[in-house]
Amino acid sequence: MDLINAIVAFANFVFVPALAYGAQLSLGALGVTLIYGILRFSNFAHGDTMAFGTMATILVTWGFQAMGISLGVLPTALVALPFGIAITGLMLLGTDKVVYKFYRKQKAAPVILVIVSMGVMFVMNGIVRFIIGVDDIDFADGERFLISARTFKAMTGLDEGLAIRTTTVITLVTAAIAVALLFWFLNKTRTGKSMRAFSDNEDLALLSGINPERVVMVTWLIVAALATTAGVLYGLDKSFKAFVYFQLLLPIFASAIVGGLGNPLGAIAGGFVIAFSEVMVTYAWKKVLVYAMPGPLEPDGLVQLLSTDYKFAVSFAILIIVLLFKPTGLFKGQSV
Amino acid sequence: MTPVMRNTALFGLMAALLIGTGMVQGWNLALTILNMGLISAILALGVNLQWGFAGLFNIGIMGFIALGGLATVLVSMPATEGAFAAGGVRIILALILGAATIVGAVLVQTRMAKGRLRALSTVAVLIVGFFVFRAVFDPGVEAIEAINPASTGYLGGLGLPVLIAWPVGGLLAAGAAWIIGKTALGLRSDYLAIATLGIAEIILAVLKNEDWLTRGVKNVVGIPRPVPYEVDLQQDVGFIERAAGLGLDPVNASTLYVKFAYGVLFLIVLLLLLWLVQKALHSPWGRMMRAIRDNEVAAEAMGKDVKGRHLQIFILGSAICGLAGAMMTTLDGQLTPTSYQPLRFTFLIWVMVIVGGSGNNFGAVLGGMLIWWLWVMVEPIGLWLMGVITSGMADGSWLKDHLIESAAQMRLLTMGVILLLMLRFSPRGLIPER
Repeated sequence: MDLINAIVAFANFVFVPALAYGAQLSLGALGVTLIYGILRFSNFAHGDTMAFGTMATILVTWGFQAMGISLGVLPTALVALPFGIAITGLMLLGTDKVVYKFYRKQKAAPVILVIVSMGVMFVMNGIVRFIIGVDDIDFADGERFLISARTFKAMTGLDEGLAIRTTTVITLVTAAIAVALLFWFLNKTRTGKSMRAFSDNEDLALLSGINPERVVMVTWLIVAALATTAGVLYGLDKSFKAFVYFQLLLPIFASAIVGGLGNPLGAIAGGFVIAFSEVMVTYAWKKVLVYAMPGPLEPDGLVQLLSTDYKFAVSFAILIIVLLFKPTGLFKGQSV
Repeated sequence: MTPVMRNTALFGLMAALLIGTGMVQGWNLALTILNMGLISAILALGVNLQWGFAGLFNIGIMGFIALGGLATVLVSMPATEGAFAAGGVRIILALILGAATIVGAVLVQTRMAKGRLRALSTVAVLIVGFFVFRAVFDPGVEAIEAINPASTGYLGGLGLPVLIAWPVGGLLAAGAAWIIGKTALGLRSDYLAIATLGIAEIILAVLKNEDWLTRGVKNVVGIPRPVPYEVDLQQDVGFIERAAGLGLDPVNASTLYVKFAYGVLFLIVLLLLLWLVQKALHSPWGRMMRAIRDNEVAAEAMGKDVKGRHLQIFILGSAICGLAGAMMTTLDGQLTPTSYQPLRFTFLIWVMVIVGGSGNNFGAVLGGMLIWWLWVMVEPIGLWLMGVITSGMADGSWLKDHLIESAAQMRLLTMGVILLLMLRFSPRGLIPER
């Protein structure tokens, strides 16, 4: 029995990866939840918005790399991120003007807007594939590890290593900054307050002189920032592949709904709930248990509850449970 | 122009497109497009039943199609020798135990008084059930997958004629739809959408991972056919003579004959279903459905069981998708779980329904055929277009290479633009609901 090694193994294989994944999901879910709160529809194009933002960032990154600009140990993509956000913001505003505005003026039913967002999803997916192709793209440069498993072992003298990847730290720091900025904006600034008012009660907000078009515009810009950041962080952590971003739609929606659609705090909580359950259910616990259990109780098998490919099933199962027992989500969202 | 004339003209145009393809690019391709177009039309009918009749937003079509594909394997492939004896009993027992666990949890939920004790007992039943299930299940799976893994390693099927698999595919999909409908119907429309999206991914994950059932990513090939094989036809003296009479060489004639035979089978199914849904649309049941769709509250006030009717039509529509999925796998002759992609198998069907005209069965059929034709044709058209655009550029420039290479990706873009344009300028579709 060796509890410290067990804890280190747990941190290395479960806690840290789930933390990073949770932060990425939270940022994605925040975008979905904002669109739902302000524009009142579920945006199926969100995964592809993330892909688009990441693609824009990658292109700018390549430009910088060609010019020889780099951040040393940090990935160049961080410098490119603001440019990626700007490009995505312009694209979303353009989409709103060309596509969504018409239906907003018509006061179309939410389900029509969902179908429209399906069309936007197709187009964006097509554009991304057209410009950057369908291959796996690894655009993370700079130092790979902050602390590699070997250094950690040498430092502590333990059998298990705890590798801290640069991308994990960047993900957490960036996500924390983004969330702090968002909440400051929503709670302290005039525009942010008018957004919340619009989300809570559209009629009263209009009556008090809030310009709906301005609220919508600011929302799209914030969504662009959140989606691009989420996409770039995910891409740095794993790699960029257009199709994978589309598949992120399910865990992102699950996070937003589990937290309570329309509630930003809920989206963050939901993201971590989904990420931790996905990682914990699909992780093979043998390594941790061998350390944690006394000799005779050590397991023979992998002690993996479900194979990794069933991670969708996990987010889905949590989603269903929450919908059945608490339809408004863990935090009270707008609902039904 | 009366609606009847307009619709006839639209279908005439569709026929002209197919015939044109046949004359320009060869009849082989035209028949290939026609066959998949017929299947697409059936899928569109199923989705139209759910969306057009009842306003249910299902984006898990891919899952039902995949279940249909599974049915073909389970019904028509020969049973793997010794597999059932090795682990079949264990697996069936495990599945029964798994089902019993879920029933037990539901019983605990409904029978016990609300409170912490109930929640704890539910969780306990589920956890214990899961571990018992895995303990029985895993050895069975291992035993089956150990049998000649290179060519079988799975249970196999019943070895029945493949045509039986079509209705079975419908039944499988209907069963899945019942489970989803029981849990997700009655929630708001976008939640049903997410739920169906999720279940489709899960069905696919099962198909990809449960090697004992479907061989997973190793694919099941050589699924028996309802029509003769080309090789046999080419050796049939009578066939060669008839082919020569039409001025065709035996190889070409045999491929055309096989595709034509598939086409006739699919057409029979399509016409039968079309007749059925038309009858349903104009029956009191169809009117009730549309009344529910247009105003649920009013329909409920008139004593209609909205949730029950929704469940009914959700199951029916999904069953049609399952049937079409079985037909598709039969046509391919193999089950390749990795080939199921949501954009192609779920969202494209939605484009078909919206373009054709939601709420109109003929519209769905037309949309299915037309969009499928376009889906196939966009690639050569895109390539040609790129050729024209890049003709002025120097050979070997990266932009030219990139543009020509990317032409293959034009499909999604085109489909998205078509969907958006349709929704904006003609939201009722090519053949609107009357």
